[in-house]
Amino acid sequence: MAADAAARGSERPGRTRGPALDRWALLVLPAVAFLAVFFLAPLVTMSLRSVTDPPGAGLSNYAKFFEQAAYLRVLTNTFWIALISTVICLLIGYPYAYLMTIVPGRIAGLLLIAVLLPFWSSLLVRTFAWQVILRDTGVINSFLMNVGLISTPLELIRTTMGVILGMSHVLLPFMVLPIFAVMRRIDPELSRAAANLGAAPWRAFVRVVVPLSMPGVLAGALLVFVLALGFYITPALLGGLQDQMISQLIVQQVQRSLDWGFASAMAVLLMAITFAILFVASRLVRLRDVFGSALEE
Amino acid sequence: MSESWRQPRRLLMAALGALTVFYLLAPTLVIIPMSFTQASILSFPPEGFSTRWYETMLTKPAWSTAIRNSAAVAILTAVLATGLGTLAALAMTRGRFPGRALLNGLILSPLIVPVVIIAIGMFSLFVQWRISGSIVGLVVAHTALALPFVIVNVATSLRTIDRNLELAAANLGATPTRTFQRITLPLILPGVFAGAIFAFITSWDEVVVAIFLTTARFRTLPVEMWQQVRQVVDPTVAAVATTLLVVTTALLLLLLVVRRQAPVR
Repeated sequence: MAADAAARGSERPGRTRGPALDRWALLVLPAVAFLAVFFLAPLVTMSLRSVTDPPGAGLSNYAKFFEQAAYLRVLTNTFWIALISTVICLLIGYPYAYLMTIVPGRIAGLLLIAVLLPFWSSLLVRTFAWQVILRDTGVINSFLMNVGLISTPLELIRTTMGVILGMSHVLLPFMVLPIFAVMRRIDPELSRAAANLGAAPWRAFVRVVVPLSMPGVLAGALLVFVLALGFYITPALLGGLQDQMISQLIVQQVQRSLDWGFASAMAVLLMAITFAILFVASRLVRLRDVFGSALEE
Repeated sequence: MSESWRQPRRLLMAALGALTVFYLLAPTLVIIPMSFTQASILSFPPEGFSTRWYETMLTKPAWSTAIRNSAAVAILTAVLATGLGTLAALAMTRGRFPGRALLNGLILSPLIVPVVIIAIGMFSLFVQWRISGSIVGLVVAHTALALPFVIVNVATSLRTIDRNLELAAANLGATPTRTFQRITLPLILPGVFAGAIFAFITSWDEVVVAIFLTTARFRTLPVEMWQQVRQVVDPTVAAVATTLLVVTTALLLLLLVVRRQAPVR
């Protein structure tokens, strides 16, 4: 019945200017209602809790965050780790995405699979792998000790470097996919034209490919940075106390201190920062491109 | 541009590519041989060959029930997300309504909002609703996270199909419902299937929300693994990690095969 009515509503798509809301549109209601109840309501409740827990809290939970140097340090640390991870992903991901566009289709397909497999693999499993590699009795240390290069294990785990290694590894596909999506649409004739006009290969690359791939770079960097800000599992398993990120602080306040008001206030802050960055960035890139390329297979 | 210049450049690019593939894949793959060790601690290179840690995983109740819970939650999530998401994708590609940008934002936001925030928000409210710690609570939570993947994949296939086929069916007297069943659905099936697989994987691998929404009586495999990796790591964890990895990879490869055979476009 509903489908009948829905189809009739748009018999001649695009030809007539129908009502602002047609019957096809009604099909979105179940999903919207679902997200409103099970996704938005929790976030709204949590935002309210940041100003009502303890009763009459007002902005005190927020004040608490900004008054304590230790909490602010966690925030700046979060930004630093996210920034460094983004830069590393860009340095590794950009040449890789470029490579995918210049090799024969078969190899490009394999290179793409090498990105998609980790993209879809469990973050916990991948972080666990790094734990096994980096810890004192891990792959690297036991190898170096077996060949006699070192006598005591190197400090690899519970370090900032460990967190960054793990996070860059987990986030790399999010950088490669948007850049590749933009680069593959660049007309190869342009590079050829540059070469015909006498440009050396590196010059053609710098003057043609790099500028045209910038939307992809922006999209990838934005995606990686924003995702990195909210990381929890990887810094929790690979980092030390000094590497605490804001998500860990939030969990700690909920699980150990049971301070829901304060945790909610920090969650609202993190959410606000995330959306502010996306808002500013939306002036530079189309957000659909950012998330579209990461979503479609 | 002379060959002598190009050759080292190509070698350099090939080396860079190989190194990156190594960085992408090798760290994760290291777990697989380690899960077959005979020793009772995780070591590399692994000692001997044994499947004892897989036996532990399948026989120890904590692990075996976690596997069942994970599979149940992931299957239910895939069903629910695929249903809701397919309808929404139809609306978004065919419908006409105000506030489309806002709707896009809402639908993508489960991917953007940091997962820890989603987790504690849901936990706080689901406890009041008495669905925390139950399969219901976790399935609806995972469905919210999986919806974007279904919607984008189904919407993509909806945009690529030829609408004249539907119009022809309608002209030949098929009811809209029948047109959907006989024409539209078969054409977008690869996209629906991809969405369902991605929804399953999203739930199967999800850990942060699950940490909050599960209890000792009802745990999923990633949560059980999370509990273990923070304590002493015995090789069972490597067997569990391998299992998680194998299921995800098998589903993705299945998807690639189906996509290749499907007569899309």
